[in-house]
Amino acid sequence: MSLNLDQVERIARLAHIEISPAEAAQTRDRLNAIFDLIEQLQAVNTAGIAPMAHAVDVSQRLRADVVTETIDRREVFQAIAPEAEAGLYLVPRVIE
Amino acid sequence: MINATLRELSVALAAKRISAVELATLFLDRIQRLNPALNAFITVDRDKTLEMARAADVRLAAGDAGPLTGIPLAYKDIFCTEGWLTTCGSKMLSNFVSPYDAHVVERFKSAGMVTLGKCNMDEFAMGSSNETSFYGPVKNPWNTDRVPGGSSGGSAAAIAARLAPAATGTDTGGSIRQPAALSGLTGLKPTYGVVSRYGMIAFASSLDQAGPMAKSVEDCALLLNAMAGFDSRDSTSLERPAQDYAHDLEQPLRGLRIGLPKEFFGDGMEPGVRAAVEAALAEYRKLGASTVEISLPSSGLSVPAYYVIAPAEASSNLSRFDGVRYGYRAPEYVDLADMYRKSRAQGFGEEVKRRILIGTYVLSHGYYDAYYLQAQKIRRLIANDFVEAFKHCDIIAGPTAPGTAFEFGAKSNDPVQMYLSDIYTIPANLAGLPGMSLPCGFDAGKLPIGLQLIGNYFDEARMLNVAHRYQQVTDWHAQMPKGSA
Repeated sequence: MSLNLDQVERIARLAHIEISPAEAAQTRDRLNAIFDLIEQLQAVNTAGIAPMAHAVDVSQRLRADVVTETIDRREVFQAIAPEAEAGLYLVPRVIE
Repeated sequence: MINATLRELSVALAAKRISAVELATLFLDRIQRLNPALNAFITVDRDKTLEMARAADVRLAAGDAGPLTGIPLAYKDIFCTEGWLTTCGSKMLSNFVSPYDAHVVERFKSAGMVTLGKCNMDEFAMGSSNETSFYGPVKNPWNTDRVPGGSSGGSAAAIAARLAPAATGTDTGGSIRQPAALSGLTGLKPTYGVVSRYGMIAFASSLDQAGPMAKSVEDCALLLNAMAGFDSRDSTSLERPAQDYAHDLEQPLRGLRIGLPKEFFGDGMEPGVRAAVEAALAEYRKLGASTVEISLPSSGLSVPAYYVIAPAEASSNLSRFDGVRYGYRAPEYVDLADMYRKSRAQGFGEEVKRRILIGTYVLSHGYYDAYYLQAQKIRRLIANDFVEAFKHCDIIAGPTAPGTAFEFGAKSNDPVQMYLSDIYTIPANLAGLPGMSLPCGFDAGKLPIGLQLIGNYFDEARMLNVAHRYQQVTDWHAQMPKGSA
């Protein structure tokens, strides 16, 4: 399997990462070397093997549906935001 | 004092032979003097450190001290520390002063440990040489032309150069054990779920695990005592009875069966590493252990499986860095989508972007089954190999890394070569097993070599026991780099 430039640009778009044409070419070559390594997996017969999503097989814990964190830390959290105002995070206008 | 074990420091503090402030000052002064050449620390804050040391002295005077109270500790910069810059080695978080403490940090603070600073690391823990850090590479104190290993390279260099008595690390594919090997230290990755991941900046959540790095096995055991434990804020934290990991260190090894995976002893290991590992195994036979050949037939697929699973999880975890709530935001953009794209393009380094792209691709429509699901099935095969192997042995031993510390630039332009330096460490992460690295000699160039031990699930105490007995009859772990006196 080998990625072409269009595919690299498409993946970058999906990942929300800007990529210049020069970067795309180098990225394609590096990614293709990595995919050559990954390709070994395709030759393995895994019929009937259950996928292992986690290191330890445990089920999710449940807890009562009640508020546990009662201290309002809004100001502390927003103090480190690039742009916040009146308790809101500011971003460029998305609705005209 | 700079070579003292944590227990010795504890005794000295309790006996008032030294105060926590004096001890912190000793290490802060060493950092000031030696760190500029090593670049092991990203953040040092003398005032904050001394304030914590004074509080520890108050506890010591009041008789309210535990075994770690007053002892300085450095944190890999992946651990959120309230009021301290927490960068994860990235421009993306170069302005992030954490509003809260990681669970591990809370634990060490309540034990009275004194924060010495935040250690350099590969960006978002993605690397095996510490060369991907936005803050520049870390030098190996044994030879400053060489890498310290990674991703916990700053933690490793800080301890090796005696800038800190101990440090925290994290290990997703070998990031504690490989730098411990390359820098001549002892480091432990616990069973997945033993240490809470809360406040530890996420890379690959099904693999990430925090652990101690120090000069000796006993130090690691004492640190693990403080780090381990249930935390409801990490959904994969395990509820288990508290355990004293230092309790069984002295147990004799007579009858112990050490499994040697034949796949770990094939070609690809440098001759110096092979000789040192074999000498260590001979030492174990003298201690009454026996060695038995085992096989981990699927372990050769660990690196490719890891480079599907870890990037897939990383691409999801790192989607939170979008320039909205915290972290870096590009100075110029035309609209919201452009702000995301530019902030992420400028905030992430090359290796991080590469892994996000791999992960995005393997999770994308049409490729999920072929790559991600297939890798997860192979992960199961690898884990099953260990289950089978542990029917024939009590612990597994082998090299930690195929070679010793390499030169800067030797692998940084060839990602695949870099990835292969974790070939012996990744299998334990995929299986979720505990592993450690301990010094077992030097190569012809006087570079340290690490012996890796892999234990069965939750068998950290036994693994520490096996490692400790070796350190009682050898002194590799007690040696220090020449330039660090």
